[in-house]
Amino acid sequence: MFFQQLVNGLTIGGVYALIALGYTMVYGIIELINFAHGEIYMIGAYAGIIAIAAAQTLIAGGIPPIAAVALALLAAMLVCAAYGFTMEKLAYRPLRHAPRLSPLISALGVSIFLQNFIMIAQGTRDKVFPHLFENTVAFDLGSVRVSLIQIAIIVGCFMMMALLHLVIQHTKIGTAMRATAQDKTAAALCGIHVDHVISVTFMIGSLLAGAAGVMIAMYYGLVNYSIGYLAGIKAFTAAVLGGIGNIPGAMIGGMILGLLESFGAGYISPEYKDVIAFSILILVLLIKPSGLLGENLAEKA
Amino acid sequence: MLKIEQVSKYFGGVKAIHRVNIEARQALITGLIGPNGAGKTTLFNCITGIIPPTEGSIVFKGRPIETLPAHRINRMGIARTFQNIRIFREMTVLENVMTGAHARLQCGLGAAVFHSPKMRREQAEVTAHAIDLLEQVNLTPVRNQYAQNLPYGDQRRLEIARALASCPELLLLDEPAAGMNPTETSLLMNLIRSIRDRGITILLIEHDMKLVMSICDSIVVLDHGETIAEGTPGEIRRDQRVIEAYLGIRHDEVMHA
Repeated sequence: MFFQQLVNGLTIGGVYALIALGYTMVYGIIELINFAHGEIYMIGAYAGIIAIAAAQTLIAGGIPPIAAVALALLAAMLVCAAYGFTMEKLAYRPLRHAPRLSPLISALGVSIFLQNFIMIAQGTRDKVFPHLFENTVAFDLGSVRVSLIQIAIIVGCFMMMALLHLVIQHTKIGTAMRATAQDKTAAALCGIHVDHVISVTFMIGSLLAGAAGVMIAMYYGLVNYSIGYLAGIKAFTAAVLGGIGNIPGAMIGGMILGLLESFGAGYISPEYKDVIAFSILILVLLIKPSGLLGENLAEKA
Repeated sequence: MLKIEQVSKYFGGVKAIHRVNIEARQALITGLIGPNGAGKTTLFNCITGIIPPTEGSIVFKGRPIETLPAHRINRMGIARTFQNIRIFREMTVLENVMTGAHARLQCGLGAAVFHSPKMRREQAEVTAHAIDLLEQVNLTPVRNQYAQNLPYGDQRRLEIARALASCPELLLLDEPAAGMNPTETSLLMNLIRSIRDRGITILLIEHDMKLVMSICDSIVVLDHGETIAEGTPGEIRRDQRVIEAYLGIRHDEVMHA
């Protein structure tokens, strides 16, 4: 029981962490809660399904499962990066110097728009993510069953987080992102093109969400135009738990939330999964609004 | 090097600066003094592209820059420090200086993952330059500390090192001696002189009259957004309008510095 829930928790927690990173990176750089971020995740799931379907029709005899997964991930990440880029350009950049509430309302608008857009384009019925692997169980110890997909998701999430860490800490764009997050004016005077850095931040956050979308679609097998809402709020909870604006915080927050949810589902009742998640959000906001690793928000504002 | 002609900046009805003309000549230190609210920092903000001037032209190395964004102006060779220190507090001292060299870095993700020879060479060059700059401002021992943990005077010198990291031809210093003790100030004077001696043009805002009078090659005095005097330190010291603008304590300082 314990190990089973641990694995389940890590799987879902990794996905929450990937989505939470997008919230936290965008918040860190322009202090906006991008409420449309959950929809990007949903679009990633659709993009993955469409890419696989396209490949299977176009290539006679279909494609091997591993290639299908890689293709779905690639397509989702590219499509989502494009959506993230466009969203920032059209809905947030014109409001850069507006009062803080304006871009927030714009974000809600984008969220509703994207949900309805996908609903019209893809229909209201659930879409099935193709069964690529015959539900392969990696190992089965009687009480603990771990699927290949779970292992792939956990490993994939950790790899992406490690890669992100490398980008943020050791590349030119990463340094520029950190500088921009701390002081946009000083960053610009160091020769950093701030608008460009903000675009890249949205794109990186979105491609992580896109990857998360494909992973979840693969895990649960079903996708719907409305899945971005709950996943978005859960990931937001994870970001707040870790300390919004703090990148390691989002990773840790996502993992903790996934584990708590999964242990709660296992030891209490599966119906309480969401109750646990949102109780955490309320408790964090009441007791430690700055989150586990976050700085004091009042200081920054 | 830098020619400011008829530059004005109005905030609504407030004339922060009004038809100011300043020239900063190659490899010289030009001082910019004047009472608080005279428009000195506003002028710096116009030069560096943080705010566009309402009218007038700013020409750097023969090219107009008054409409360019801040990052482009920096890449052309202008760097600055701020009156209220604006270092990257959550970065280490060394990282701060490396960020100053941003435009010269190339390192992408591929290079970071695979540690390509090109990246290593480039990184090594920029790091060596950054370490050299830290040595010049006496911050080598604390280079791996977080910038926010440094004492005030060190933060000011770090900001200068970060500005120099972009290899500027023109350096704007906004009250670099503010909050420094006399020992730190005299070290700072030597530092500013050595920067000029390397051929970097300096525009300096400073309230410490002793510092201004002893290191500037020429001085421009602003009051209420307008130029009221211009000349060598000796001429400025004797200028009646300057003495009037600096009543009280400042008066004595101008007279006896």
